[in-house]
Amino acid sequence: MAARARAGSAAGHWLFRTGCGLVFAFLMLPLAVIVPLSFNAEPYFTFTREMLTLQPEGFSLRWYRDIADNPQWLLSVKNSLVVGFFATLLSVALGTAAAVGLDRPRFPGKTLILGVLISPIVVPIIISAVGMFFFYSKINLGQTLTGLVLAHTVLGSPFVVITVSAALSRLNPALPRAAASLGAPPTRAFFKVTAPQIAPGIYAGALFAFATSFDEVVVVLFLAGFEQRTIPRQMWAGLNEQISPTILAVATLLILFSVLLIVTAELLRRRSEKRSLQE
Amino acid sequence: MNGNGKPAFDAGQIAGLDAAFAIVRAVGVPEDKIEDADRRQHLVRGVAAGLHRSRAFLLVAPLLLFLAVTYLVPIGGILFRSVDDSALQTWMPKTAAAFAQWDGAGLPDEDTLAVFAAELGQARKERTIGRVANHLNYRMSGMRSLFNKTGRRLAAGGGPDAAGNWREWLAQLDPRWGRRQVWTIIKAASGRYTQVNYLAALDLRRGDDGGVARQPEGKRIYVKIFLRTLWVSLAVTLFCLLLGFPVAHLMAGLPPRISNWLMIMVLLPFWTSLLVRTTSWIALLQSNGVINGTLVWLGLIGDDERIQMVFNLTGTVVAMIYVLLPFMVLPLYSVMRGIPRSLTRVAVSLGATPLTAFARVYLPQTLVGVGAGSLLVFMLAVGYYITPALVGGQSGQLISNFIFYHIKVSLNWGFASALGVILLAAVLLVYWVYHKLVGIEKMRVA
Repeated sequence: MAARARAGSAAGHWLFRTGCGLVFAFLMLPLAVIVPLSFNAEPYFTFTREMLTLQPEGFSLRWYRDIADNPQWLLSVKNSLVVGFFATLLSVALGTAAAVGLDRPRFPGKTLILGVLISPIVVPIIISAVGMFFFYSKINLGQTLTGLVLAHTVLGSPFVVITVSAALSRLNPALPRAAASLGAPPTRAFFKVTAPQIAPGIYAGALFAFATSFDEVVVVLFLAGFEQRTIPRQMWAGLNEQISPTILAVATLLILFSVLLIVTAELLRRRSEKRSLQE
Repeated sequence: MNGNGKPAFDAGQIAGLDAAFAIVRAVGVPEDKIEDADRRQHLVRGVAAGLHRSRAFLLVAPLLLFLAVTYLVPIGGILFRSVDDSALQTWMPKTAAAFAQWDGAGLPDEDTLAVFAAELGQARKERTIGRVANHLNYRMSGMRSLFNKTGRRLAAGGGPDAAGNWREWLAQLDPRWGRRQVWTIIKAASGRYTQVNYLAALDLRRGDDGGVARQPEGKRIYVKIFLRTLWVSLAVTLFCLLLGFPVAHLMAGLPPRISNWLMIMVLLPFWTSLLVRTTSWIALLQSNGVINGTLVWLGLIGDDERIQMVFNLTGTVVAMIYVLLPFMVLPLYSVMRGIPRSLTRVAVSLGATPLTAFARVYLPQTLVGVGAGSLLVFMLAVGYYITPALVGGQSGQLISNFIFYHIKVSLNWGFASALGVILLAAVLLVYWVYHKLVGIEKMRVA
């Protein structure tokens, strides 16, 4: 009886592990397919016979050359970086200040305000985009990079509020108080004591804000003209007009970029863990 | 701090205390009435705490103000647009006033028609006729051409001769002017606000008798789309839970060295461009894509039996599960990591079967994570736009896609706004439930 139960549990265990393996395969499969297909010598989204038999003539870098030769792609890279940079800067400045302010105990209406500050994450992007489209066109911010920066700041700032709030909740509240009792004015206490402690949270928020802006297409569809096209907008055009492997090449580069982001995020996490261990 | 070894007083604090005294004086507490120093100090401290709070508020204010201007006002604009019916009032004010008086029975009288004709001709001359004509065209197709045609004639000096009347002249110009329905539509648009967009969003309309009636069978679209959005979101949430729960459970039980690697496998798609992930499902699922190719190669299906898995509802559901899975795994994982495994072992050692121990001891403790993950996935799924737009084809379009269509293509902004407001209300309801069950201050990102 016991032996049978143990056998059953072993089978269950095996089944469980296999199931998890399949889910991880599901998670990895699309990425694993995109990367090799971006080296396709033919303009298809499928593996050719030459690719499957690993013949060198089945592979080429032509789609990567396509990106470098295409002024539209280059413009979109520039736009993405500019908008991402300024949106991140604004998100971090506004989001960090707000998180610090909200961290004060007994802040009146704290939950409601936090709910409003975080709402851009949960409100469907189409609604935010449509609202901004109506409004920004009216105040002449439609089809400008400034409009995009403001819109992406709206979408990015909640992440900064969340990550910085999380970092502040781990902070030892005695530290800023000690700084104050030693005579440090509040701003000085913040920059000398609090800021270094919550820095990993700020960086993580910045990372999220940048990634959000860098990956955002719906708002861009509404607010950007041809001159303001970003990378996702350019990909969108490619996907809807004709599907060429150039998009896969861009996708591969973006995957590479996201690997860099993950490594950065992981390093930040380790640093913050080390910090909290030191305390 | 200040070099000579004396304790440095914070200028801000001193100013704060001064201000506190100033406020005490200002609110009219006579200082001689505050007899003992204790009470006085208590009062000052209370005011100082208030100042402390206001400083905290000053930190929050910039973002709040920024969001109010760049985000909340625009969303309020959608709300306004969904009920706005001021086109007639703005561009043909006398007509609006005249029609507001009309009782709606039979056809409007000569005076009303004369006011209407005069203003229509004027609007044509001033080129504002399009504003009204377009607005009314959403209420009944054909109104735009009817208005433009009539306006053109009126602006050119057309009208009945001394013996004739407006009613006959208009009916002769276009028989549609002889139908009561056209005039009731103009009357319905004479107010400032309207419910017509919300009625249409729920597949309802104003009947000829003025009551609310259902749209004819063939025109009932949107309730179906709302329900489809709901079912797809529920299905996606359920599948994410089914796939995410075991994975999170596995990772939470492994030593960090291994679970970190698995975590990277969860995070890599999470950090990868949404468009890239969706694109890859096109590459995988299309009829000459990787999966069909493999099935044909394995001989499981014939070359002419390739399965249509993308550009339909299947494509939407599969790609959405893929995109949203990390949002389920991450909250589950963070909750499961905090549950001591020893509890289940204790339950087993006390005689429970592993299944009972799992169901009665472990599962209840994971419910916070299940709730957080499910609500988050559901909220995001309900408003999804990109994935259905790219891989949904005809049958896989959700409500967001229809909002996009009416903004960008049909240009019926009022109706799109009404669809948007209904969607927003549904999401905010879930957001509120999330807050009640999980707490928004507990919302974390990876």
